[in-house]
Amino acid sequence: MRSSLRDAGHLIRPAVLLVVGLAVFLVIRAAVVPKSFGTYGHYRAAFLDTARAKPIHYAGQDVCVSCHDAEATMRAAGKHAKVACEACHGPQAQHADDPSALKPKLPDVATLCARCHEKDPAKPKTFPQVVTAEHSGGMACNDCHKPHNPHL
Amino acid sequence: MEMTRRDLFRIGGKLLVLASAGATLEQITGAEPAPEAYRMADHWWGMIIDIDKCIGCGSCVRACSNENQVPTGYFRTWVERYEVPEGYGNPIVTSPDGAINGFPLPKPTNLKAFFVPKLCNHCADSPCTQVCPVGATFVSPDGVVLVDKEYCLGCRYCVQACPYGCRYLHPETETVDKCTLCYHRITKGLTTACCENCPTQARQLVDFKNPKDPVHEFLRNNKVSVLKPQMATEAKVYYKDLDGAVR
Repeated sequence: MRSSLRDAGHLIRPAVLLVVGLAVFLVIRAAVVPKSFGTYGHYRAAFLDTARAKPIHYAGQDVCVSCHDAEATMRAAGKHAKVACEACHGPQAQHADDPSALKPKLPDVATLCARCHEKDPAKPKTFPQVVTAEHSGGMACNDCHKPHNPHL
Repeated sequence: MEMTRRDLFRIGGKLLVLASAGATLEQITGAEPAPEAYRMADHWWGMIIDIDKCIGCGSCVRACSNENQVPTGYFRTWVERYEVPEGYGNPIVTSPDGAINGFPLPKPTNLKAFFVPKLCNHCADSPCTQVCPVGATFVSPDGVVLVDKEYCLGCRYCVQACPYGCRYLHPETETVDKCTLCYHRITKGLTTACCENCPTQARQLVDFKNPKDPVHEFLRNNKVSVLKPQMATEAKVYYKDLDGAVR
């Protein structure tokens, strides 16, 4: 036995070095690579929870109509039935959580209506469009059209 | 003791039984995540966009910007206005400020014109995730391409790899940012901010794994296309009646 190992020093030394190196690599790897890395693929699975935890700013129209009955009924009867409340009134999740925390501002009618209804050949032909400069003679849109149900 | 091949198999078999019993025990008693209402394996998200319904109002762009605190001058979704001369000339494409305030009064022309809303296509085989050197960007098990901000180096490989120009370097964090398909909303049963606020339902969030989702009817009954199909990215944003001039 001893005789066969006598000249094996040059094999044992690199072998020990290799094992030590491997151990060091494994220790560093365990310390550096995040725990959830590789659960689903080559990424940190814990980030999915981070992404999910972001705050919501738009409450959604189902939440709005659960309180604002009058506006909801009016909107449902007209052409704006499928236009979400927050598309005009802006993000209101904070208002939905606590109505006193954020009071929604009334939108500026002149810019708001024109964004959708200003005439543009790129818009679908069936979509109601007007040249605002010629249409109302300077009157505000909501002098004639009620925004929740714009039919005259 | 002399070990025969038979002994070896016997011992190996016992070890295997023990190991599998141990594994099963770990599965039963182990720290399994609490049952959640949202299961990633049950969803495969995408979007359908009807070009013929888009009016270029920019509601989607504003909604996205508010919902995700997108820095000014950067866009996760935007709307392009195309004007196409006859006979496949170069189209004239405009998108002032990503159409966040809609489009100004157009100059009257006789050209064919239409709007094209754009966003991350959440490709199933996305070039952007393939080039990331650190595994910061990835396709989630429910089919959404996300960027892990804490892992991103800001090397911009993915910004260059995306054929649709959907990624940008966030000016403050200096990490890559992009559309998350409102991952914080869709995993809670809401639709994305852009789809919620589209006044004409030109864009709709869809779940390909839901057999009752209108997407199946939509894909069967319409002529649909994806952007740059030649890139073979398996994009999951389907456009109805997309003109060949759109790039």
